[in-house]
Amino acid sequence: MTIEVRNLVKKFGGFAALDGVGLKVNDGELLALLGPSGSGKTTLLRIIAGLDWPDAGEVSFNGEDALAQGARERHVGFVFQHYALFRHMTVFENVAFGLRVQPRAIRKDEATIRVRVKELLDLVQLDWLSDRYPSQLSGGQRQRIALARALAIEPRILLLDEPFGALDAKVRKELRKWLRSLHHEINVTSIFVTHDQEEALEVANRVVVMDKGRIEQIGSPDDVYERPASAFVHGFIGESIELPVQVEGGVVRLGDQPLRLAADGLAPGASRLFVRRHDMLVGPSGSGAFEGAVQHVRNFGPVQRAEIALSGGETIEIDAPRGRELRAGDTIGLEPRRYRIFAG
Amino acid sequence: MGLTLSWLSVIILIPLAGLFLKSLELSPEQFWNILTSRRTLNALRVSFGLAFAAACVNLVMGSIIVWALVRYRFPGRRLFDAIVDVPFALPTAVAGVALTALFAEKGWLGAPLAAAGIKVAFTPVGIFVAMIFIGIPFVVRTVQPVLQDLDPEIEEAAGSLGASRWQTIIRVILPSLAPALLTGLALAFARAVGEYGSVIFIAGNLPNVSEIAPLLIVIRLSEFRYADATAIAVVMLVVSFVIIFAVNRLQRWAQSRIPAR
Repeated sequence: MTIEVRNLVKKFGGFAALDGVGLKVNDGELLALLGPSGSGKTTLLRIIAGLDWPDAGEVSFNGEDALAQGARERHVGFVFQHYALFRHMTVFENVAFGLRVQPRAIRKDEATIRVRVKELLDLVQLDWLSDRYPSQLSGGQRQRIALARALAIEPRILLLDEPFGALDAKVRKELRKWLRSLHHEINVTSIFVTHDQEEALEVANRVVVMDKGRIEQIGSPDDVYERPASAFVHGFIGESIELPVQVEGGVVRLGDQPLRLAADGLAPGASRLFVRRHDMLVGPSGSGAFEGAVQHVRNFGPVQRAEIALSGGETIEIDAPRGRELRAGDTIGLEPRRYRIFAG
Repeated sequence: MGLTLSWLSVIILIPLAGLFLKSLELSPEQFWNILTSRRTLNALRVSFGLAFAAACVNLVMGSIIVWALVRYRFPGRRLFDAIVDVPFALPTAVAGVALTALFAEKGWLGAPLAAAGIKVAFTPVGIFVAMIFIGIPFVVRTVQPVLQDLDPEIEEAAGSLGASRWQTIIRVILPSLAPALLTGLALAFARAVGEYGSVIFIAGNLPNVSEIAPLLIVIRLSEFRYADATAIAVVMLVVSFVIIFAVNRLQRWAQSRIPAR
C-alpha cells in the first residue's frame, strides 16, 4: 500500500499544526516522522489514520481518496503512545476485539478467531500472557499487545504514535530492534512518530524531519545525518556546534574576525555555521580556522568533551578523541573537518 | 484502633443491636403478622418499588449528565457541576416543600401537568419524583471520577479496529463503567429507600397507596406500638445491609480486575 499526502493544512485555533505538508510513502516502507513536540508529526499521523480531519489537502491510499472514509473503513492499524488497551478485557480479548466487531457477514467463527489471536500472540512472543489483564503487564508488554491488537485486523497500513515514548531507556532499545525485525517479517507499510532521533535513525528506512508544521527534509537516515538540508535539521539531528557568522565578499566572519573557511556560493548576509562536535579537529595554536582557550574537560569513554572559549567570545563544546589530552588553560587551534553554512 | 472500635460501637453497633433486641420482644408469629399485614406490605412495596424505579431512572439520566459534564466543554459547565450536589446539601424538608409547591395543582409544573390529566403531588408519582431528586448526585458522583479516568483514546482505538459507535459503547465504554454504574445505582436506591423528609410532604401519605415504610415506622411509634415499629425497621435494616454488602463486593471485584493505574 502506498500513501500519498498532498498539501495538508490543519489549524487548531490560530495555530497551524500542519502548514502545507506533502509526502509519499512507498509500499512496505518503514517511515519515521521525526520532530520536536509541536512540529505536527502526531497530527499528520492522526489524519492519515482518520482520527482527525485536515482543513485542506488530500490523503490517498493506493491512489484512492482516503478522506472519503472514516477511521473505521480505512483499515489502518493504530498504536497509541499510552497503549489504549481495554482495561476490562483480558489480553486475549483485547487482541480478538477487532475480529469480534467485524460485520456479521465477514466475521470469522470462534475457532478461527482463537487460532488467529494465538498466532498474533506468538508473533509478539507473549502467548503466555493471554489470560492476564492489561494492568498486570509491564509497559513493554502492553505495547506489544497493543501492536498485536492492531495487527489482528490485517491492516493495510500500520501507524505508531510515539510507540516507545512511555517506556524506560533499556526496554525502548530492545523494542526498537524488535519492531525492525517484526516489520521485516510482516512487511506492511508503516509510519511511526518519534521525537527521538536515535530511534528514527536506527529503525526507519526513511526519515521525515518536521518542524512547525512543515517538512524540513525527507531522506535516508544517512542523508539526514550526513547531508542535512536545513539549519533546523543540522541542529536537531546529531550534536552540533552552532555559530552566528557574517558572509561578506567571499569571506566568512565570526564577530569581526575573518575565518579561514571557503565561502563559495554563499549568499552574503547573516548566516549560521554548523559543525558536528566530533568534526572539530584540535591542533596547536594558530593552526586552524578558530583559536580558543580550553575551559573545562570531561572524559566520556572514547572521547574527551571540552568546553572552549573562542577568541571571538563564543563558548563551544567539542568531542575530541583521547590520546592528545586537553587541559584547562591550553590555547589551541580548531579546524572543522566538515561544516555547513546556512543563510538566516 | 481501640478508639475506632469503641466509637463505631457507640455510634453504630449498639443502636442497631438495640433495635434487634427490641424486635425480639415479639414472638416469631407476631413478627410475621406485623410484616405481612396489608398496610406494612404496601408501605414496603411503595418504598422499595419506587426507590428501585427511581434509582433506575437516575442511572440512565445520571449517566447522560456525567457524560456531558466530563466530555464536553460548554458555558456554565462548572455551575451545572455544582448544581448536581444541591440534593446532597439541601435539608430534605426544604426539598420536600419545594417539590410539593412546584408540583401542587397550582404549582409551576403541577398546573400544566394537571391540565394534561397527570397528578403528581400527593400520589405515588410524587414520591417517585422526590426519590429521583435526592438520588441523582449518587450516580453522578460515583461515575464521574471513573469516566474522567477513562482515556478517550480507547474509543479511538475501538473505532480504528472497526467498531461502530454503538459497538464501542456496548463493548468498551459501558463495561469499563459498569462497576461504578452499579455502585451508583445501589447508593441511589439505598438513599431513596430510607428517604423521609423530602418524600412525606409530596406523598400525600395515604395508607396502602402513598405511604412509605419510614413514615409507617413514625406512625407506629406515635401510637406507642414500638414493637411494630422495630419489626419494620429490622426489615429495612437487613435490606440496607444486603445492599451495602453487595456494593462492597462489587467494588472489590472491580478493583481486582481494574486496579487504579
